[in-house]
Amino acid sequence: MSTTARPTTPPEPMAPEVVSREGNSMVLSMGPQHPSTHGVLQIMLEIEGETVVKAEPEIGYLHTGIEKSAENLFWTQAQTVIERMDYLAPESNALCYALAAERLLGIEGKIPDRAQTIRVLFSELTRIASHCVWLGTHGIDIGAISVFFYCFDLRENLLDLQEAAGGARMHPNYIRIGGVNGDLPQGFLDRFDALLEKFPGRMRDLRGLLQANPIFQDRTIDVGTLTPEEAVRWNVTGPALRASGIAYDVRRAFPYCGFENYEFEVPTRTEGDAYARFLVRLDEMEESYKILKQVRKRLDTPGAIAIDDPKISAPPKETIALSMEALIHHFKIVSEGFRIPPGDAYASVESPRGELGYYIVSDGGNRPYRIRTRPPSLYNLQVLKHIAPGNLIADLVVMIGSLDPVFGEVDR
Amino acid sequence: MEVGPGHFLLTKLDDVARWAQSSSVWPLTMGLACCAIEMMTVTAPEYDIARLGSEVFRSSPRQADLMIVSGRVAQKMAPVVKRLHDQMADPKWVISMGACASSGGVFDNYAIIQGVDTIIPVDVYVPGCPPTPDGLLYAVNLIQQQIREGGRGGVLARG
Repeated sequence: MSTTARPTTPPEPMAPEVVSREGNSMVLSMGPQHPSTHGVLQIMLEIEGETVVKAEPEIGYLHTGIEKSAENLFWTQAQTVIERMDYLAPESNALCYALAAERLLGIEGKIPDRAQTIRVLFSELTRIASHCVWLGTHGIDIGAISVFFYCFDLRENLLDLQEAAGGARMHPNYIRIGGVNGDLPQGFLDRFDALLEKFPGRMRDLRGLLQANPIFQDRTIDVGTLTPEEAVRWNVTGPALRASGIAYDVRRAFPYCGFENYEFEVPTRTEGDAYARFLVRLDEMEESYKILKQVRKRLDTPGAIAIDDPKISAPPKETIALSMEALIHHFKIVSEGFRIPPGDAYASVESPRGELGYYIVSDGGNRPYRIRTRPPSLYNLQVLKHIAPGNLIADLVVMIGSLDPVFGEVDR
Repeated sequence: MEVGPGHFLLTKLDDVARWAQSSSVWPLTMGLACCAIEMMTVTAPEYDIARLGSEVFRSSPRQADLMIVSGRVAQKMAPVVKRLHDQMADPKWVISMGACASSGGVFDNYAIIQGVDTIIPVDVYVPGCPPTPDGLLYAVNLIQQQIREGGRGGVLARG
């Protein structure tokens, strides 16, 4: 194992002097190892008693250099590292990147219907799975532990589906440029049906545990209130924006993958506090369920699952053993990848956390020249500095939970 | 351990202490990246790490016996991980969970420590990206085995 990567001069932790102190206040460093910061977030707090006077989030403890790593990989390989950005919603990342690459290739309108349906299926499954983790951990932060068990039980069923289709529980790498990787396996639809049957009851349980719970309401109502003007000014998207009364959803505003053909609501609330964000996310899970039911009907029609373009998609696996041309073709696709014409493109999707965007630049080679992400968590997290002052430290924990940041995505 | 005549057991104090210790390995609540989600999953119903006596995740390193390095360790996080390991009371064990923590994984670049064993000693490595919860449970099993047998270090958890 190489020892060259060992840091010779460890970076200095943020000095307390960075946060100014006045009067009787004291400086408290919360994180980067803290059970309630949802990962490796450090917040330098200036507190007076238990009241937060100033909060300064310090990010970068999970900086992975993903955008740089992606430049050294083929267009398809880059998806491997990209899925590890927002690890709660890997499919959203893969989908967004694929859409941007397809836009640059000029094959946007040529993706087969079945591939689009499967993409919608996985982007909604991953949304429910992500919200399950959010709800479970948010509950733990507030002291409601049992909700965690219910959430992770449901999530396990969702991950089983991902594993069946893509071969891995968390990073299946199933959505590819030009379609998806292989058709849904045998028995998938039966398991999917079982999930659809289980979901409404489980959703009732989740709501029953928290929604009318007076302790939960006391902890979340009027905490971390975000007005619509502030939300827009700070570039907040996703459930946090919709809880402030603005019905902006990328699926509705700039439909992709045929989302315009699905019937669903964009749930909004007007209060803008942590409780409103909680309700919006729960409603979103139910809307995702509605979409999944419509997806289920469409999945009965067979069809192609990737674009019929030998330059981009590999030949079906079963032809490789029978045809020499298919074998050579497969070898070329795997060993050389494909080229994307020079230019740049941007695509965005509605990830569980908000508007996720990928801006990609190609110089005409088989590797990306530059990939830039618009991570919703980063923009949502910056608002913390603004809403935290004047609240108790215990409320700060609720605010972080209700903004639902994922640090793989914030730091990249 | 042997059963003597009547109602008593004969054993060595060392064995009893090790048995007790291995049945209550308390991990540190330290989530880094993707693997942290799978680390949380082992506490959930389907895997239920409570069967091994390790469900008590402690937020303070002073109360923890086991550090699960769950994910990629960035250059900026490395001093923090090292300090947390220093703060844990002896005896302590370390599981390097996943490819990133064990060797840098797919991230062979400027930002990621190429294996957490360059900064702290590791007892069990779990391969996978991320490893399945079963893999992590098996690693905890191996830690328990090490504690009972008194050995240390460098075991690869292969399913």
